[in-house]
Amino acid sequence: MTTLRDEDIAVSAAVPTQRAARLRPTLRHAIVAVFVAIAFAIPFVASSFVMFQLSEVLIYGLAILGLNLLTGFNGQFSLGHSAFYGLGAYTAAILMHNYEVNYLWTLPAAGVVCFGVGFLFGLPALRLQNLYLALATFALATAMPQILKFHALENWTGGVQGLVVDQPDPPDFLSMIDGDQWLYYVTLVVVLLMFAAAATLVRSRTGRAIMAIRDNPIAAAAMGINTSLYKTLTFGVSALYTGVAGALSALAVAFVAPDSFTIFLSISLLVGLVIGGVGSIPGCLFGGLFVLYVPNIANSLSNGLAGAIYGVILLIVIFVMPAGAAGFVRAVIARLSRWRQNPTEGGYR
Amino acid sequence: MLLEISALDAFYGQNQALYGVAFSIDEGQVRTLLGANGAGKTTTLRAICGMVRVAGDIRFDGKRISGWATEDVVRLGVAHVPEGRGTFLRLSVEENLQLGAMTRKAGREIAADIERIYGHFPRLKERRTQQAGTLSGGEQQMLAVGRALMLRPRLLLLDEPSFGLAPLIVEELFAILRRINEETGVAMLIVEQNAALALELAEHAYLLETGRMVMDAPAAVIGADESIRRSYLGY
Amino acid sequence: MELLLQQVMAGLANGAIYACVALAVVMIYQAIDHLNFAQGEMAMFSTFIAWQLMTWGVPYWVAFAITIVLSFIAGVLIDRVLFRPVQNAPILSQIVAFIALFSILNSSAGQIWDYTIKSFPTPFGTAPLFGSGMIDAHEAGMIGITLILLGFLYAFFRGTRLGLAMRAAAANPVSARLVGIRVGWMTALGWGMAAALGAIAGMLIAPVVFLEPNMMIGVLLYGFAGAVLGGLTSPLGAVVGGFAVGVLENLAGTFIPYVGRELKLTLALIMIVIVLMFRPNGLFGRMVVSRV
Repeated sequence: MTTLRDEDIAVSAAVPTQRAARLRPTLRHAIVAVFVAIAFAIPFVASSFVMFQLSEVLIYGLAILGLNLLTGFNGQFSLGHSAFYGLGAYTAAILMHNYEVNYLWTLPAAGVVCFGVGFLFGLPALRLQNLYLALATFALATAMPQILKFHALENWTGGVQGLVVDQPDPPDFLSMIDGDQWLYYVTLVVVLLMFAAAATLVRSRTGRAIMAIRDNPIAAAAMGINTSLYKTLTFGVSALYTGVAGALSALAVAFVAPDSFTIFLSISLLVGLVIGGVGSIPGCLFGGLFVLYVPNIANSLSNGLAGAIYGVILLIVIFVMPAGAAGFVRAVIARLSRWRQNPTEGGYR
Repeated sequence: MLLEISALDAFYGQNQALYGVAFSIDEGQVRTLLGANGAGKTTTLRAICGMVRVAGDIRFDGKRISGWATEDVVRLGVAHVPEGRGTFLRLSVEENLQLGAMTRKAGREIAADIERIYGHFPRLKERRTQQAGTLSGGEQQMLAVGRALMLRPRLLLLDEPSFGLAPLIVEELFAILRRINEETGVAMLIVEQNAALALELAEHAYLLETGRMVMDAPAAVIGADESIRRSYLGY
Repeated sequence: MELLLQQVMAGLANGAIYACVALAVVMIYQAIDHLNFAQGEMAMFSTFIAWQLMTWGVPYWVAFAITIVLSFIAGVLIDRVLFRPVQNAPILSQIVAFIALFSILNSSAGQIWDYTIKSFPTPFGTAPLFGSGMIDAHEAGMIGITLILLGFLYAFFRGTRLGLAMRAAAANPVSARLVGIRVGWMTALGWGMAAALGAIAGMLIAPVVFLEPNMMIGVLLYGFAGAVLGGLTSPLGAVVGGFAVGVLENLAGTFIPYVGRELKLTLALIMIVIVLMFRPNGLFGRMVVSRV
């Protein structure tokens, strides 16, 4: 086996798996329930634009979750997820635009297509580690917009101009809500279901196998885990998640174009992943929130120096929360529980 | 007194690992630190080298070194062969040895020392240009010891030198250690699980149990006391 | 055949650019054991500084020298201020820190010097070399300087104690401390050298691709690819890799149908990935055997 340095850095060393500090399950479930309830209630008080933005946050969170499954839980570094996002978006758009498929069916279709492509990409990826995998996924990400613009495929993809998609209408029995609200609910339900599925997967035997591969591939193989199979399957599932997010975004934005799916999107997803907390499922939503809003904030502070301000904010956040928001919350919980156990201790000992 | 430790506490983050450890080693003495897993033996060596947070007093040659950075402690003449050997796997055997002498002035002396190390460990000479990661466990251990000796240390700290080695190799290694101590007068503090072997080499032994020193006696005394041997050393 | 030779030469000329960048990439990798994605932006910023000095009337080679020194210092500062606080954080967090640096440098350069293209002088002139029209003086100069830098780096890392200390500090900082190496200084030195190298690369590249804040983005990727192709442990590999990428990209663009400007990059990357499949450590990378 070849390694890149004396200690096995891999992405596994990059992912802190602090499972020590967690809230009691009932408390956690209560918090989740409250958030879900709020999420369902929001459309009744918020404007159409806010609905759209919240949909975007959910969609990005889902895309980041896809990346998280691959990088955070399985240790395979990917800079190529913008390609899966774009693939999912275009699958949905093409099905609706060229073949008049109902929008709800485009979601699983996008999922299946992306799973297939992700799985196939995962096969050669088995041979590549870390930086080399980064390069390969980088190639994938740069290829996607170019493929989408490719003139031989223009009849399907719409070439440089992209495709316009009809925004779905709510079903007749729910005529009191408008298109934006309906879309929000569709997005919310899909995202919640997929998050729940991911949480279940991670806690299952399969999930443990996937994480074992990340932490120590040799030991995992020695335990009888078919690492190749799990790694390629994880690639597929990861692509599926990000692809479905892409499909949802096609519905939300009602438009797809090649230059929306560049390497910069991949980088945003990566930043969102880290800020939210690698290896944390709820963190993905925070990450999505960050990469959607902070660039706008930076832009409003100064048009010319938006990038610099964004960079500075990013640095400050990383310095303060090196393990992401999830890591920060875990540290706070750990400190609180220690303080609760020993209320008189002022510091060490 | 070369090394003097008193009231030493050591911490890994919030967890305390050593409680009030105290002992001293003089020039040329060979001492061993014994105890079960988790007793704090490795922690003690790390504390001397500034690799863990400490409270208390560590003095080398009368100078207070507690709280010093590792590289500064090393420059005083303390060589540490750590747990896992810490070999530079990607570099060659010869480069590993050269690194041991990094803080010394460049010159013929270093080349002469390298030859002397090869004299102690002929197998290393055969593999001098090979990548260190390709060496066997025993050879890597010898390389680690060789690298430590390149510093011309006054105190040599060894963390479980016998770990993972075949018994014959271990005997060979310990014989070489004895010879080195006799020839160069370097003091040694050896952490060992293999108590029998350590007690043969060392003249004095310390016994740690869950971070506290429970015994501080000549090796012969500990070796002769059957109840101590049975309850603490397992033989 | 004529066309092939011409394209190879053109590819080598481009490749000199990528080789320069690849050297800087490998340099930083040898020093800090990761890739710095902001390498290109640092080089770009340095080149702007040089341009600014020359605009103020400083002669070329003086500006060149001053820029190298300033870049070295800047590299050390970036190490202290940006890298040091996150060096114990997970690798992905460090990557995000580099992304932040990228963003800051790119945006600042755009704000200070705006996005209009500027021309940057070359000390070699642009006369065709040997009158052949295949390669001009500046391109030859680039190749020459790249090879000289390569020689210098090779001698430094393999032949000097300091170079050995730097390699050790990057490979295994804990063990390096145990032999008395001041790892912090080594890392800072590595950053400084990488920044200086990047500045040289930028000043050589700018006459060809023209100076503007986004000038390094495309180049960096090719440089990165070249470094990976050559194997990240080897400066020689980086240079060979860089030249190879230049030639590959050019030949692909010329001889493979349907490959216009857009697909050239993708194709080059795909070819590199294919090479990596068969030689996972790059063409010159040393395989590290680890015993379990």
